[in-house]
Amino acid sequence: MSYTLQWGVAFDYLPYFLGGALVTLHLTFLGFLAGLIIGITTAVAQVYGSPLMQRTANIYVVFFTNTPSLVTAFFIFFGLPEFGILLSPYLCILINLALNAGAFLADVFRSGIQSVKTTEMEAAEIMGFSLFQKVQYVIAPHIAKTLYPPISNLYIIFILGSALASIFGVEELTGRAFNVDSETFRSIEIYTIAATIYVLMTFAASFALALVGRYVFRVKARMF
Amino acid sequence: MIQQFIDQAPIFFTLNNGLYWLRALMTTLSMALIGCVVGFIFGFVLVYFRTSPIPWLLPLRALLIAYVEIFRRIPFLVLTFLILFASRGFGFQLSLFWVACVTIVLIATAYIAEIIRAGIEAVHRNQWECADVMNFSRARTMLYVIVPQSWVFIVPPAFSYFIMFIKETSLTSQIGTMELMSAGKYFNSIGISPLMAYGTCLLLYFALSYPLTRLGRRIEVRLKNRFKGNMATLRASDQ
Amino acid sequence: MTQLEINGLFAEYSPSLPILEDVSLKIETGEIISIIGPSGSGKSTILRVLVGLLHPSQGHVIVNGTEVNYKSPSALKSMRDTMAMVFQQFNLFQNMSVLRNVMIAPLKIKKEPEAEVEARAKEYLEIMGLGEKFDAYPDQLSGGQQQRVALARALALRPKILLLDEVTSALDPEMVNEVLDAIRVLSTKGITLIIVSHEMAFVREVSDRVIMMDDGKVVEIGTPDEIFTAAKTQRCRDFISNIIQH
Repeated sequence: MSYTLQWGVAFDYLPYFLGGALVTLHLTFLGFLAGLIIGITTAVAQVYGSPLMQRTANIYVVFFTNTPSLVTAFFIFFGLPEFGILLSPYLCILINLALNAGAFLADVFRSGIQSVKTTEMEAAEIMGFSLFQKVQYVIAPHIAKTLYPPISNLYIIFILGSALASIFGVEELTGRAFNVDSETFRSIEIYTIAATIYVLMTFAASFALALVGRYVFRVKARMF
Repeated sequence: MIQQFIDQAPIFFTLNNGLYWLRALMTTLSMALIGCVVGFIFGFVLVYFRTSPIPWLLPLRALLIAYVEIFRRIPFLVLTFLILFASRGFGFQLSLFWVACVTIVLIATAYIAEIIRAGIEAVHRNQWECADVMNFSRARTMLYVIVPQSWVFIVPPAFSYFIMFIKETSLTSQIGTMELMSAGKYFNSIGISPLMAYGTCLLLYFALSYPLTRLGRRIEVRLKNRFKGNMATLRASDQ
Repeated sequence: MTQLEINGLFAEYSPSLPILEDVSLKIETGEIISIIGPSGSGKSTILRVLVGLLHPSQGHVIVNGTEVNYKSPSALKSMRDTMAMVFQQFNLFQNMSVLRNVMIAPLKIKKEPEAEVEARAKEYLEIMGLGEKFDAYPDQLSGGQQQRVALARALALRPKILLLDEVTSALDPEMVNEVLDAIRVLSTKGITLIIVSHEMAFVREVSDRVIMMDDGKVVEIGTPDEIFTAAKTQRCRDFISNIIQH
């Protein structure tokens, strides 16, 4: 059995795929944004919180970093209706992305907070900096430099991870590839095109993140 | 919900079902292990050629860089389908298990190659110069001097990727490999409550991943202690 | 017999930044040569060119009557076979024990028999006063001890020419003498030594000839007494008097 590649059919769906890519982008953007807020809150709770807060935050991080996001997505998708909460697949995936991103980002933020050099803080103390000045001149620049690269990496990983939304019927890029596949059966061509769009999309995202890093946080990110 | 749980417990917690879960667990673990071990070997070979100074290898180097950049940017799920349909379409009779393994190898090679490259670059260049002056060839410098020193930079992140791939393999349930996630789906399909079926699934993933994460931390600490002096000397020589 | 000859050597790290300009030298077998001069004068660069870490842009290097072709890997290899170099930063292989550091190149690169290499390595380590440190790792040693291991490692290659690149500059003051003592032992063995150093008293004591360099050029060549007490050039006199005062 040999398969003859026919790109024409698959290319007809290109606009449809690009629309899917857009869904992927805003899904991950919103999810990651929520994840950033959750991550910072969790990291602060882990470092400065009361023992109870620390423990709760730790359990949350350990749970989500050690379980596949597909399984947690199943729980949100099938578990919430049991409590009478009915959400669209898009919202379920968004919540799942946010919770997962939050846990991984909390780890990043926590190590960032803990790595602020005590010597620098002592110097700031001696020079009589106020708390706000310490944040402005010591903590924030340090965090921007050490945290920005791993955070942008995580964002790319989450774009790729968002493909699992297709399993729950969200019509993002992979979901649309499923749809077209079941209509046209040109599987190889369709998934190749989807993969290519992911590659280009993440390249664009990396590039944009590198630019932001360079001009906002003065991080010299290495593209390759 | 709790009543359902109690009702189904005797049907669910049987020896046979336990063995079923165990087999699924082993499938998950072996996919990740095969994928990462082979990916590690390929990653090393890739980095060796990618960093080669030989001019006529330039096209190969460009190809390897493109490989690494592309395969780190394709979702696992999409690549799994692509490998499945491509292998069927072009007449390779790969079992679903091996389709999953090939997918992991392809992606793991790209990720681990980046880790290895960073690890090798982290070894101070004066170690290269010194070996150079003593007439070490590139291969021997790598083998005797650079690689043994770069473990400390390579092993901890590579280990985290291994754990990440254990979790990623859950996506191969979509093509029907009989791993943990599929086991959860199976039990759900024969009437076990989703909470119980997927809950077991979740617990088992956690039971795999969490101890390995802890082990990874311990390996990292041990390696860092072993090389603490090393780092200090290297930092001093940067002045 | 002339062992090493450098003729009209130019070298640079980038075209706009010449490091060596028209350097010429002749070194006899068994001679002990010291190169002195301010930082950035190109002293270490000469050594780096001699072991092929930097290729000259012009000029010739002639070792034992054969001109070195820097474009040929085998010529570089045979040049490096006659030389060994000890670096400012020791550059011991951090992943190997002291004994292994000394043995690795003769054993794995020159493929000499293991028993012989081991005996020789132990002998040189004993000479360097490290008889009890065979199994230690570099990070367990002091800087002075590490540098003596590096000397033993260089000797184990049985070089005809030994290049010492500011070997005491990275050491704590109290460790300088133990390394200098080790070099004194070497200086009686008949190996050609090329020493780049800031230890003027030591240079004056052990050298047969001293080369003063400044700004990539050779300023003056002479016996230690000539250079240190009766230098012909003003630049050399200034440098010496500055050093002696401090």
